[in-house]
Amino acid sequence: MPNKQQLEDFATQVRRDIVRQVHKVNSGHPGGSLGCTEFFTVLYQEIMDRKEGFDMDGKDEDLFFLSNGHISPVFYSVLARSGYFPVEELSTFRLIDSRLQGHPTTHEGLPGIRIASGSLGQGMSVAIGAANTKKLNGDNHLVYTLHGDGELQEGQNWEAIMYAAANKVDNLISTVDLNHQQIDGCTDDVLPMGSLKAKFEAFGWDVLEVKKGNNISAVIDGLNEAKSRTGKGKPVCVLLYTEMGHGVDYMMGSHAWHGVAPNDEQLEKALAQNPETLGDY
Amino acid sequence: MKKYTNTGNKDTRSGFGAGMDELGKTNENVVALCADLTGSLKLGDFQKNHPERFFQIGIAEANMIGIAAGMTIGGKIPFTGTFANFSTGRVYDQIRQSVAYSDKNVKICASHAGLTLGEDGATHQILEDIGLMKMLPGMTVINTCDYNQTKAATLAVAEYKGPVYLRFGRPKVANFTPEDQKFEIGKAVLLNEGNDVTIIATGHLVWEALQAAEELEEKGISAEVINIHTIKPLDEEAILKSIKKTGCVVTAEEHNYLGGLGESVARTLTQNHPAPQEFVATKDTFGESGVPELLMEKYELNAAAIVRASEKVIKRK
Repeated sequence: MPNKQQLEDFATQVRRDIVRQVHKVNSGHPGGSLGCTEFFTVLYQEIMDRKEGFDMDGKDEDLFFLSNGHISPVFYSVLARSGYFPVEELSTFRLIDSRLQGHPTTHEGLPGIRIASGSLGQGMSVAIGAANTKKLNGDNHLVYTLHGDGELQEGQNWEAIMYAAANKVDNLISTVDLNHQQIDGCTDDVLPMGSLKAKFEAFGWDVLEVKKGNNISAVIDGLNEAKSRTGKGKPVCVLLYTEMGHGVDYMMGSHAWHGVAPNDEQLEKALAQNPETLGDY
Repeated sequence: MKKYTNTGNKDTRSGFGAGMDELGKTNENVVALCADLTGSLKLGDFQKNHPERFFQIGIAEANMIGIAAGMTIGGKIPFTGTFANFSTGRVYDQIRQSVAYSDKNVKICASHAGLTLGEDGATHQILEDIGLMKMLPGMTVINTCDYNQTKAATLAVAEYKGPVYLRFGRPKVANFTPEDQKFEIGKAVLLNEGNDVTIIATGHLVWEALQAAEELEEKGISAEVINIHTIKPLDEEAILKSIKKTGCVVTAEEHNYLGGLGESVARTLTQNHPAPQEFVATKDTFGESGVPELLMEKYELNAAAIVRASEKVIKRK
């Protein structure tokens, strides 16, 4: 297990990877990626029970599904730095003939990806299916998901949320990236969703809140607590309060950097705020 | 003219149900998912005999497609069951991203396709589903003609690895293909040899094509009849071989002529061997409520329509 400083260093390097990926191709989604850096770091480096290498079936290991596929830069960086594919491949992000498509896909055979995502609202259903199969196979490992908060405006999520509770899919931990932002602005301005905690609880989920979603220790504690609540007849929801653009001062807390890449000058500023730790690709 | 005997009217969906129950016994990886239409899809026996592998999803087709995609991860072979309309148009993006693009081994099984759904009317009578599904890269599209063939196809798709759309229907229709048939995905079935016109039919129109061939024979016209149960991948070799002999073709399907079997045949001909073609299909229209037989007559999807189209296309040679 890495210590806290190692996790901090890992996250800092991931932030560099995120802004460098999107800067190079002048496209991609840095805001949500930066906001979820601690989550991905902790999930892959600390929480999930993962096998060496990658196979699609993922038997006898924990699985993760990214539903809001547009935050691919953070996913790719963490997968590469967790050993799924060469870190150098991050330099091909969004370029022609790359396995690192704009949104994650199995189509190009990138290790670590088990479903395509990008068209929103589909990931929880897929995760429920994988969780069902784990139960049929007598596999006690867990299935994790991540969703954007704005993404919950897609109706399919609520079909899945209803199903998971009714069918006691209690080997599932779904995390909502609660940054209160979406492309057009604040979620409360675009389409207010009210209390997500109350909604998930009304549907029959066990809900826990992690108020400091950009604090490594808080995320570790929150996800460990979530793990401890599995296997008790309810799916588990983690409401992860994050800040869009966290770690790059001029991007923080604004929807403006949802899908906008930094220019050369802005890149330098972002990199200066996140010094190299594990080595750039 | 080769004679085919109707061993008794049966619904194709019951062939699916029988195939599923058999798969339940023979293949432990097969799981069934249903969106509140267990009775209509004839999944009752599977549910009763293999309850741990039956998943009642509720009226939530998008969730059903996603769950099916996820269940393949770990080795299950999910069969989803609902009406054709709710199996395709309602969940097109879910199929596109989570099944087809993700190359998941999901079998999307669709009953009540086309006009023969009858009285429920156009909201449920999808005539665009073959087109929707055949356009998805990697998707296999099958439309079976009778009970025996639907059962055989159900067993066959479980052995095939990759996404499949299996289309069948509601009404009791002639059951005339062999009970012990081997279903080969992508392989046309030559039902009758002839020289003057090729009739290529799929689904419920196959039996009608055989009736049409008999009528044409009485008029001195020799019709070759091909059962295309797999619309994608299309058996172009069998189609071209026949049309090179007869010089013209009638395609027959319970589907819009835009996007259906007929268009796939037309593309094959245009690229390889241009020849006159007539389409027995709905002509870019919605259906309506009514008794199935009367609807098929009104929308010109029966043996009489195939006879008329055959006589017309022969004149165009």
